[in-house]
Amino acid sequence: MMKKILAVIAGMTLCAAAFAENVHSLQVKGSDTMVNLSQAWAEEFMRKNPDLFIAVTGGGSGTGLAALISGTCDVANSSRRMKDRERALAEKKGVHPAEFKPALDGIAVVVNPKNPVSRLAMEELAGIFAGKIKNWKDVGGKDAKIVILSREVNSGTHVYFKERVLRRGDPNAREEFSPEALLLPSSQAIADEVTQNDAAIGYYGMGYLSPAQKALSVAGDKNSEYAAPTVQNVVSGRYPISRPLYLYTNGEPRGAVKAFLDFIFSAEGQEVVSKMDFVPVKN
Amino acid sequence: MPSGRKLKEIFFETAIRASGVASIFIVGLIFFFLFKEGIMLFQTQKLSGFLFGKNWYPISEPGEFGILPLISGTILVTLGAAVLSVPLGIAAAIYIAEVAPPQSKEILKSGVELLAAIPSVVLGFIGIVTVVPWIKNTFHAPTGLTAFAGAVVLAFMAMPTIVSIAEDALYSVPKTYKEGAYALGATQWQTIWRVVLPAASSGIVAAVMLGIGRVVGETMAVMMVTGNSPSMPRGIFYPVRTLTATIAAEMGETVRGSDHYFSLFAIGIVLFVITFAVNMTADLVVHRKRK
Repeated sequence: MMKKILAVIAGMTLCAAAFAENVHSLQVKGSDTMVNLSQAWAEEFMRKNPDLFIAVTGGGSGTGLAALISGTCDVANSSRRMKDRERALAEKKGVHPAEFKPALDGIAVVVNPKNPVSRLAMEELAGIFAGKIKNWKDVGGKDAKIVILSREVNSGTHVYFKERVLRRGDPNAREEFSPEALLLPSSQAIADEVTQNDAAIGYYGMGYLSPAQKALSVAGDKNSEYAAPTVQNVVSGRYPISRPLYLYTNGEPRGAVKAFLDFIFSAEGQEVVSKMDFVPVKN
Repeated sequence: MPSGRKLKEIFFETAIRASGVASIFIVGLIFFFLFKEGIMLFQTQKLSGFLFGKNWYPISEPGEFGILPLISGTILVTLGAAVLSVPLGIAAAIYIAEVAPPQSKEILKSGVELLAAIPSVVLGFIGIVTVVPWIKNTFHAPTGLTAFAGAVVLAFMAMPTIVSIAEDALYSVPKTYKEGAYALGATQWQTIWRVVLPAASSGIVAAVMLGIGRVVGETMAVMMVTGNSPSMPRGIFYPVRTLTATIAAEMGETVRGSDHYFSLFAIGIVLFVITFAVNMTADLVVHRKRK
């Protein structure tokens, strides 16, 4: 009996020691758009710094920022800027968020490859996602009801798309997503539904694009040039639905967090950005 | 050592009593916490606007917190699941309890129990790849992510509960009832329909209610297949959003202390009241019959 107890205690001590070794572990959490990008940064970084472990999880920008505010992650990924309300709440809890913009992202509007529509103007997109345009034939497609796919409200992409496309950047606008829009829990879920439904339209970060979905070319208005969501068009500003991506840390980064951020802004880190189909901020 | 035995006796009695009290105490605490957070919503929102409002735009400024579409979505999916699973479940229970030969009876029973062991996320996943495309193609719906898909998946989740409890109820009908019926010349079907089923009716109602209770509270599978659009449901082949899916999908985003946060707790209260009412009904039916 005594031996058993001793063995258990020894085991626990070992575990504790193992945990102590892992003090150098970073939690990165937030935007689903950025999850693959962050994972790529983390893998590259860990290869060079094997004693530092970086755990990346998604959940949505709101989730990441909420985690930063409650102190359960070191770096929050966000595909939208922190709201004033969130910043005030953070300050109240003694967290001082510092903001970084490591990359740009274009939001691709995607349809099934069988859909004949391949370009839309911003006002048409706004009409479709607000539920005012209900049939594909109204925008030059087949006679079929449009199935609107959106992300859940915890998604920074959802918030950005509403502000940029539906409200056209007007802070006093009241447009909302159509209540009939399907709210799907991940970018992957949108990709899957678009792949098997030829009446569906959805959106996600450019990094998710695959040949199973067709990305639409978008124009600021009907008279201007239509541009596809490519890196060049985002850099030149021709593609109208693009945005900066954000990282938030608690206070100015120090120690391991600083090392990770320095890596992200280094030439190598920015190369990872282009490799993952996002747009680097430094060339 | 009589005193040692006695001590042991007292110790176990106390321990068991403490566990019993603790479970009630914890339920009380959960309800208290839910209520304390949920009630805060009504500092800024009206109760009628919350229960009967038709717009759910929780993150807009100002937000709209009408949960009527969500309540309707939950009811629609639950009714759909009940229509599919209750007749099937009771028929299966009758077959297992009364008709099946002993060998296949054992196999069927373990089969049903196995169905109960499938995690809901797995059922949801199977639903996405099988039920959803099937609905889209068969019923020519614009999308397969509909209330009906949720009902089908949930019917599978309610079945094991309904079958095993109904089967227990049928099995515990005294043998003498059946012998009496056969002695009067009744056929097997007449015996089942006129004697066994009425005698077991309270147990069967309880089985149905517990199955429905499970359906109302189920989250993951429903969130995966119903499309989650917060509009008033216009039919079983339209996407819906349920109360549970709303809480699960939005909990991660809310800023603590915001109206959105409180509204999710208020939804929790509504869910609690619904499942509590369902379970109470089941309890009442069973007790009334026993007396």
